[in-house]
Amino acid sequence: MENGSLPMFWDFEFTFEVMPSLLGGLWVTVQLTLIGYLIALTLGLLIAIVRRVPILGSVVHFVMEFIRTTPLIIQVVFVFFLLPASLAIPLLGDVPITAFTVGVVVLGIHYAAYTAEVYRSGIEGVAKGQWEAARALSLPTSRTWGAIVLPQAIRKVIPALGNYLISMFKDTPLLFAIGVAELLTRAQRIGSESFRMMEAITLVGVLFLLVSIPSAIVIRRLEKRYVAV
Amino acid sequence: MSPSDTPENTTAPGGGNSGEAPAEGPLIVFDQVVKRFGDLTVLDHLDFSVAHGERVTLIGPSGSGKTTILRLLMTLEKVTEGHIWIDGEPFSHMPRGNGLVPAGETYLRMKRKRIGMVFQQFNLFPNMSVRKNIMEAPVHVLGVSKDEAAQKAEELLDLVGLGDKIDAHPTQLSGGQQQRVAIARALAMSPEILLLDEVTSALDPELVTGVLDVLREVAENTDITMLCVTHEMGFARDVSHRVLMFDQGRIAEEGHPDQIFGDPRQERTKSFLKSVLENGH
Repeated sequence: MENGSLPMFWDFEFTFEVMPSLLGGLWVTVQLTLIGYLIALTLGLLIAIVRRVPILGSVVHFVMEFIRTTPLIIQVVFVFFLLPASLAIPLLGDVPITAFTVGVVVLGIHYAAYTAEVYRSGIEGVAKGQWEAARALSLPTSRTWGAIVLPQAIRKVIPALGNYLISMFKDTPLLFAIGVAELLTRAQRIGSESFRMMEAITLVGVLFLLVSIPSAIVIRRLEKRYVAV
Repeated sequence: MSPSDTPENTTAPGGGNSGEAPAEGPLIVFDQVVKRFGDLTVLDHLDFSVAHGERVTLIGPSGSGKTTILRLLMTLEKVTEGHIWIDGEPFSHMPRGNGLVPAGETYLRMKRKRIGMVFQQFNLFPNMSVRKNIMEAPVHVLGVSKDEAAQKAEELLDLVGLGDKIDAHPTQLSGGQQQRVAIARALAMSPEILLLDEVTSALDPELVTGVLDVLREVAENTDITMLCVTHEMGFARDVSHRVLMFDQGRIAEEGHPDQIFGDPRQERTKSFLKSVLENGH
């Protein structure tokens, strides 16, 4: 270590110097997580409903199974570097295909494969009698789903969905692979420019903890509140 | 009762096709209805009819097909063979061309509005208040205004003796109270036919009377046609015009409640009634 290029003592001045850039990275990480989560929540719900449609449901199930059984980092790299631009552009309309866009969409779709399963278990957990009562009252399908089945199903799976929020947050550093300017990417950049790794990388860990510990506490509270019913 | 053999015949059999025609045909007609679940035949070429305003109790051992009859009428199940008619119009089937085809979802939705059902397990919506439970269908199916539906909900809750529970949630109520709300919810749709599927079977014994009293009141004060599956023989005797004893998917015996309970003629009915009495119902 004596002659290493990375001095192993902690430099507080340097820490304060790199803090703004890292906080900016944290903000990007939070944005990735929240937008990705929104995609995962809505898309997952759609998938869970479509999965009950006979043939279409099987096709969707197969695609979701494929997404769940391949690593997220490969999906991200594949879409960013290998998916032909001509294919990606019509999907996204006028949104520029930046690393951020690809990252957040792939993250969202990947996690939709998981949230769909969560929703599905919630929907299957709604008692058969609820469907029958809705039918006996001649309620239209939209009301049966919207006012009776989904409110009960979602309530039960709120804790499970919350856990995926934390998982997603912890998976955002994978987007390092395509250069999204999130926390880890910035720390790595700082390290390679200054030849000091310790401060920035340690801060990345601390910042992650600072967000995920309070989130975990909030989610545990939700769990108590909703599962008890 | 002669079943309609030709597909051209799209009017209900039964009622007045033998002898003089009554002023009004039967409300419900089961015409050679078969219901199978896989290899199991639950209803075996069943024929029977129910008149307007008639209250019929279905009794018989479990698995004899009583509940299936209610579930077919509520369109929770589909007939395997045969036809069901309501008010002279096809119900399990719909007219197409010159014949009848199994009824589609849209047709059923239109037809089943006049039928209400109360379930053994109440099946109230736990995510809604009592008020919302009762208002849901009138507002979203019949298009009644919210004010009007809320007022009707209050009246019905008073009828079932739960006026003070209008803002409660189902989970806060006892089983008996939940079942009375479920009765109010079914009545809110002003059904012509009310199906009662073992509505007191899931209740603690001390709560049974309250629910049955409500139903007695409904029976006395309305002309709703009622089909009732129950093990409460006293209630059946008081309220119903006719009792059908089911066994293995067929009607083993039918008659006036006084006759069925007082002087059963079939061995099957006798042994069934004996076993029900022994079980303390």
